[in-house]
Amino acid sequence: MKIRVKLFATLREGRDKILDLDLDKNNTIEDVIKQLKIDKKDIAILLKNGLDTNISDILKENDTLSIFPPVGGG
Amino acid sequence: MSGYNGTILRINLSKAEIKKEKLNQKLAQKFIGGRGLGTKIFYDEVDPKIDPLSEENKLIIAAGPLSGTFTPTGGRYMVITKSPLTHTIASSNSGGKWGAELKFAGYDVIIIEGKAENPVYITINDDTVEIKPAQEIWGKITSETTDYLVNKEGKNVKVLNIGPAGEKLSNIACIMNDYDRAAGRSGVGAVMGSKNLKAIVVKGSNKVGIAKPDELKDFVKILQQKIKDNGVTGAGLPAYGTAVLVNIINENGVFPTNNFQKSQFDKAEDISGELMAEKYLVKKKGCFACPIACGRQVKMDDKEVGGPEYETIWGFGGDCGISNMEAIIKANHLCNEYGLDTISASVTLATAMELFQNGKITKDMTENTPLVWGNDDAIIEWTKKMGLREGLGDDLAMGSYRLAEKYGMPELSMSVKKQELPAYDPRGIKGQGLAYATSNRGGCHVRAYLISPEILALPEKLDKFSLENKPVWVRIFQDLTAAIDSLGLCLFTSFAVNAEEYAKLYSLVTGIEKSQEDILMAGDRIWNLERMFNYASGLTQADDILPKRLLNDPISEGPAKGHVHELNKLLPEYYKLRGWDENGYPTKETLQKLGL
Repeated sequence: MKIRVKLFATLREGRDKILDLDLDKNNTIEDVIKQLKIDKKDIAILLKNGLDTNISDILKENDTLSIFPPVGGG
Repeated sequence: MSGYNGTILRINLSKAEIKKEKLNQKLAQKFIGGRGLGTKIFYDEVDPKIDPLSEENKLIIAAGPLSGTFTPTGGRYMVITKSPLTHTIASSNSGGKWGAELKFAGYDVIIIEGKAENPVYITINDDTVEIKPAQEIWGKITSETTDYLVNKEGKNVKVLNIGPAGEKLSNIACIMNDYDRAAGRSGVGAVMGSKNLKAIVVKGSNKVGIAKPDELKDFVKILQQKIKDNGVTGAGLPAYGTAVLVNIINENGVFPTNNFQKSQFDKAEDISGELMAEKYLVKKKGCFACPIACGRQVKMDDKEVGGPEYETIWGFGGDCGISNMEAIIKANHLCNEYGLDTISASVTLATAMELFQNGKITKDMTENTPLVWGNDDAIIEWTKKMGLREGLGDDLAMGSYRLAEKYGMPELSMSVKKQELPAYDPRGIKGQGLAYATSNRGGCHVRAYLISPEILALPEKLDKFSLENKPVWVRIFQDLTAAIDSLGLCLFTSFAVNAEEYAKLYSLVTGIEKSQEDILMAGDRIWNLERMFNYASGLTQADDILPKRLLNDPISEGPAKGHVHELNKLLPEYYKLRGWDENGYPTKETLQKLGL
């Protein structure tokens, strides 16, 4: 199944900002993070299709996963 | 009493009179300093019913007990006055180096009264304070004014000044210092302009006294490490500045677009912090004693200028349908030069664009630069004309509410208490909506930054769509923010520093022991005092409201689709938690408890 991963801020260092991945069914967000070699402790916010999610959530065809390091401002 | 200098400088411009007064130490302790102390002095001295642009209004500039010390970000000052935009208390905060310099000159607070007969500026060089004619700089933009005064008064001076917008009494004029730092909101620049005061130049040669210097040094080292190790203050903000928020707010579907008609901008990436860092960033710039350095210096044609903050990028960008970063950088620079608040100026332009969309502002009125969504030239040309009050710019300079009212559609002003809302759609962030509605200075994100728990997961992640516990969070954030503003520190420290640590900093600097509870209670006291001023000025609970669009029209698309803000479900609980009656006014018991 195809999913899209969007990376932001420091997570773009050494990686593309948008990745289209072809995954097996029942892959979790954690599986994707491992595949992208992102350290879990560098992640502060996860959104699946723009909504809050967590690392053990299972991905489905055409999902968009947005991954952010700690960010702030205002 | 260390931390405080113990001296208030009172300058009456009508009488050309300069006085130095002793700081009331009890009052200083009770209201901390900065925002709190300034508000208390203002509340005691000024009739809340006055016209904000009359001679009777006062302009109070107050540093905190930690300003001018080596505590992290200890260099901020506040401007307290009655706002011509909101008619509430105004308290605008700024960084840079000016606030610390005021402390080095030996003062905690400046009270400016009356109105000079002709334009003047003030110079403060330790004990020597003078009022000087400003005819040569009246009308000049802020960088030229600063250059002129640095040349004339000495290269080490720090300059605070207004631009043409403040001189021309625009309701959305700011006060600038150190070229590109601003006490931005609520029209404080117009109050300064109404007094015929162009600038205040400061030079100081003293050090701020510290009660326990060795212990403070050790503790500051610990806090600096904490700030460095924190992902936001140690990595995100230094690398990308506040603009790092563009993508995350947009991905959450709460990035207001085309004056809040939509809540997601399809070209957000083109105006993101990541893009600014890649294409425009020249270097980072920190304020006094700041280990974070979120300020940006960016390329603009062949010049290097102060870069736009997140709110500004959103306002001129998504909210006006603009995806051209160069145009946004230029509009931001023009705001700094003419002395306009970037949030109010950009949201007013977005309102004007919606008035244009509705045929209320016509093509003839917009000369050759129509106010259509996505027109890069419009944000540049009309910002300039807003600053100079030329043509339709004269109406724009009134702010979005008065503009929309004049053209027959006041509901198009995305404002609270007539002050423009910042860059987060509260329909999809329920706590932030309550914070907007109850802010003591009208539409504002830095009276309680609920984005932190509701979006950024700091200090923990809250469900942004849920109403549960939001009044409790809003209240604590309001109180803590009031305390931080009063200490003289930057709000951004709160991503890494907690209330107990703020209390310890205060105790080590001043030698007066304060606990976490004392600090939060002082914040509560300040919040209630601001509320009392606003009610005495004529505001009521009916002013704790959001624009109709946000209460009635659901978000049309994206992740927050279908949401409206349910303010009426939150307000009663919030009033109760605050110890206010059903009219939103502090009860006798609450006032007694807070010593008000």
